[in-house]
Amino acid sequence: MSLILLAALPFLGAVFPALLIRAGRDASSGAAGMVTLIAFVGLMTNAPAVMRGEVVTAQLSWLPSLGLNAHFFLDGLGLLFAGLILGIGLLIILYARYYLSREDPMGQFYTYLLLFQGAMVGIVLSDNILLLLVFWELTSLSSFLLIGYWRHLPEGRQGARMALTVTGAGGLAMIGGMLILGNIAGSYDLSVILTQKDAIQASPMYIPALILILLGAFTKSAQFPFHFWLPHAMAAPTPVSAYLHSATMVKAGLFLMARMWPVLAGTDAWFYIVATTGLVTMVTAAVIALFKDDLKALLAFSTVSHLGLITMLLGFGTPYAAVAAVFHIINHATFKAALFMSAGIIDHEAGTRDIKQLGGLRTLMPLTFVMSTIASLSMAGLPPFNGFISKEMMLEQTLHTEWYSNPWIVAVLATVGAMFSAAYSFRYIAHVFLGPKRESYPHSLHDPVPGLWLSPAFLVTLVVVIGLFPATLAEGIVDVAAGAVTGGASGHVHLKLWHGINAPLMMSIVAILVGLLLIWTYARIRGVWDAARRPEAKTMFDAVVRALTGLSRAVTDTLHDGTVTRYAAIFLLFTLGLGWLAWSGGATAAPDRVLLMGNSLTIVGWFCLVGSTACLVAFHRNRLMALVILGVVGLMISMMFNYLSAPDLALTQLSVEVVTIILLLLALNFMPRETPAEGAGLRQVRNVGLAAVGGLGVGGLMYAILSRNPVMESISQYHLDNSYSGGGGTNVVNVILVDFRGYDTFGEIIVLGIAAIVIFAITEAILDGPVRARLLNRKPPEPRAGDTHPLMMVVATRVMMPIALMVAAYIFFRGHNLPGGGFIAGLVAAIAVIMQYMASGFSWAAARQRFPYHGIIGSGVLIAAVTGLGAWFNDLPFLTSAFGYVTIPPLEKFELATAALFDLGVFLAVVGAVMLALESLSRYAWQPGMVSEYPMDINPVRDDGDAEEQEGAQ
Amino acid sequence: MIAIEVLFASAVGVMTAAGIYLVLQLRTFPVILGLSFLSYAVNVFLFATGRLVVNQPPVLTKYAESYTDPLPQALVLTAIVISFGMTAVVVMIALSAWLSARDERVDMENEDPPPDDTEDVASVEGQP
Repeated sequence: MSLILLAALPFLGAVFPALLIRAGRDASSGAAGMVTLIAFVGLMTNAPAVMRGEVVTAQLSWLPSLGLNAHFFLDGLGLLFAGLILGIGLLIILYARYYLSREDPMGQFYTYLLLFQGAMVGIVLSDNILLLLVFWELTSLSSFLLIGYWRHLPEGRQGARMALTVTGAGGLAMIGGMLILGNIAGSYDLSVILTQKDAIQASPMYIPALILILLGAFTKSAQFPFHFWLPHAMAAPTPVSAYLHSATMVKAGLFLMARMWPVLAGTDAWFYIVATTGLVTMVTAAVIALFKDDLKALLAFSTVSHLGLITMLLGFGTPYAAVAAVFHIINHATFKAALFMSAGIIDHEAGTRDIKQLGGLRTLMPLTFVMSTIASLSMAGLPPFNGFISKEMMLEQTLHTEWYSNPWIVAVLATVGAMFSAAYSFRYIAHVFLGPKRESYPHSLHDPVPGLWLSPAFLVTLVVVIGLFPATLAEGIVDVAAGAVTGGASGHVHLKLWHGINAPLMMSIVAILVGLLLIWTYARIRGVWDAARRPEAKTMFDAVVRALTGLSRAVTDTLHDGTVTRYAAIFLLFTLGLGWLAWSGGATAAPDRVLLMGNSLTIVGWFCLVGSTACLVAFHRNRLMALVILGVVGLMISMMFNYLSAPDLALTQLSVEVVTIILLLLALNFMPRETPAEGAGLRQVRNVGLAAVGGLGVGGLMYAILSRNPVMESISQYHLDNSYSGGGGTNVVNVILVDFRGYDTFGEIIVLGIAAIVIFAITEAILDGPVRARLLNRKPPEPRAGDTHPLMMVVATRVMMPIALMVAAYIFFRGHNLPGGGFIAGLVAAIAVIMQYMASGFSWAAARQRFPYHGIIGSGVLIAAVTGLGAWFNDLPFLTSAFGYVTIPPLEKFELATAALFDLGVFLAVVGAVMLALESLSRYAWQPGMVSEYPMDINPVRDDGDAEEQEGAQ
Repeated sequence: MIAIEVLFASAVGVMTAAGIYLVLQLRTFPVILGLSFLSYAVNVFLFATGRLVVNQPPVLTKYAESYTDPLPQALVLTAIVISFGMTAVVVMIALSAWLSARDERVDMENEDPPPDDTEDVASVEGQP
């Protein structure tokens, strides 16, 4: 199966459990299992090639310009991890089916699980480190969902948040590290990076990159001092703990270290950071684990300890240690997942996982007892189980390791770790299963249904057979995986159970004996431990988080105190400062443009514009007057456009001005007519000052631009040259809109449509609320006109309507060659319709409105899109236009262009958007009793008697 | 006679100043007027980056010798329409605020502190 499909499969399959949960829990879990099984089989089809030492690849260019490509490869390491992820995933899916209760939303669970699985498979198959980072973040997110799956439990929510915070922060650091690494290597592809060992280790950025990447790996793999999130993540359902926190996610950090081993390992920095962290984690966590009473907490710390062990082995930097690390990854996954599942069984059956309430389960749950004992003994490192072999290999390595030229400290500390490891493993057996039977347990006890014990039983079988026949079962995969880690330096691997009596065996025997002793004297040691004061990681974490939230809230509250005018003032000041900085920092050429001489017309126009602006500012408290003056300003601007060779802009400005003023008048209808005078004094000084500086700045800049020619040649000439030959139109502005920059226009009509729909939505929300009653009972502030829909106006607008629409059509059709086009035609058509609303009343007009305005917006966008898509059928890019000339006698030759269809889309979207906005506003004014079925209140043709007769006749 | 460029630049400056002054007012309606002025000023400013040219519209004919810059015009044309859409949204928000809260001031006073949304972290017994 192609690796791309393999990586995509869990994501694609993630929809099925959520959908099939309607068909029952078996269908949902079956779908999840089937997806995983297909992926597993697909992986196995690639296995023979990998086992032969080949590397399977699959490539798909995604964003090659950024170096981000969907390149996947599968080598021994990837095969090992993908096999663990999918194989244990299958067992977990089976187990979870029987573990979750009826109340738990199982479809969600499996969907999250598959998302997580997909992210993990993605990590181990990625050949591109940017792609790997994407999957890395996805594991953090999906594990957040899984840990917080029981969202009613505060522990679950807090644990999920803590896990996300810690691993997310680490992921952030890792992004930095990976980018540095890619920068040094000159490629973001792992297959390239892995060949650049010398360049990377010689680079001065090696240490920063190393530290950042290790931060990501250590947080993910719960290494000291970031280990604290893992025990808190145990609030997750046990299948999640077994999957994420023993077999897969926490191993992602190890995977990354193993993946990067060929280029990052082998230096002193690597050894001291990685090996020391691993060693400290191993010993500390093993000690803490001994004193945990919660079964899952015990297992969690033991997991942290074992992860430390593997980290330490990777840190040693020798090929043999890497082999041991790879082998222990397999062994730990088998016995720890089995242990988690058995802890889940105990929790499920006994109703508690508190060791203090358990004990004596040996005879009550014999099957669970056998499975747990075998897995525990493997964890303790007893022969003949698989944990023993890899632990011996680890001890063997510590004997050859010097730490600051101290030859024995690593070996001694490793032995101490092994002692505690043995002790907590024995405790798991002794205090849960052995000992006297209790009088009562929270639940009645018995072995579970097969669905629950099959998965751990399978893993326990592996624990035994790998221990007995390591050469047959594990050697092949360890060989290729270690070969991939070390770049072939590990040579051919030999695994065997019995190495004869040697130093590591002695260390093991000491560890086991001391472990037994620790359990023997547990009560006394426990007393000492409980009396000691220990730092509480969660308290510190919470304090840090609280301090950070407090700080950011203080900053936000200070800057963001609800005073919008202050924000505006600060924003303006900052913008002016930036403008000043840019101006004073750059060089300016001398004015070289020949200025245009004005005439009396331009001076009159200038006085009108500036004078009306000044009047508006002076009289802006009278809102109605301000609107009238605003109309004058808009009119002057459109005249100005017209004078300065921009007829399209003049037309657009003119028609937009009409609808804007109508809109503002409609709104003003409901608002106070006057703006009260307030905010005199200092505020006024500030406002005037900012306005003066801003006005002078913009005006000065404008003059500076206008008095100089462009520094570089503009691309406009291209548009002028190609408008007719390439776009088929002589109105260059319109050709730019519908052809050269059609994509922009397409986006813009969508924005316009969204704005209109937002307005509609606000209206709906407001009219659904308590405001409606107030609006219905509203008394107009002024007396109404006696004749709200006067005869003259109705008749005039009725006559105007077809004329206005014809003008719109004319403007639309000529747009490609002369000033006009979809935007302007749309506005004109909208104005034609608005006139009917104004003259004949909302209800009358709305009753004659056949198509909803949303539909018109939508059809406009669709027509534009379909026109654009049409280009695809001719193998051209989106929105490539085509045109031709047709002659139909007796008409003159005319042009047919797809751009006109696109412009039709623009037209419809503009009409729909303008009308939807204005219609929404008008709906506020609706009151019962004001609906008239007649367009005119007073109609000389009709008298009331006639009207009644007509009604009766209908 | 005075140059058109001087008139133009001064008019843009005046409109910007008026816009800034009105945007800094305390009620929604003048703020909307101010935003309208600022969009006039910005549109006109962008349009003028193509430089001022008289009687040379960018419509290709046999007789014209040169044309003004069409590109800023095309950009400004859609900007004018979009600014209508934006004005409409702002008007709607202002109107809704007035109708539902009978308040048209733009500044909030005595804002209540946001509720503490972090869970009580002390409520759960920590594990390690």
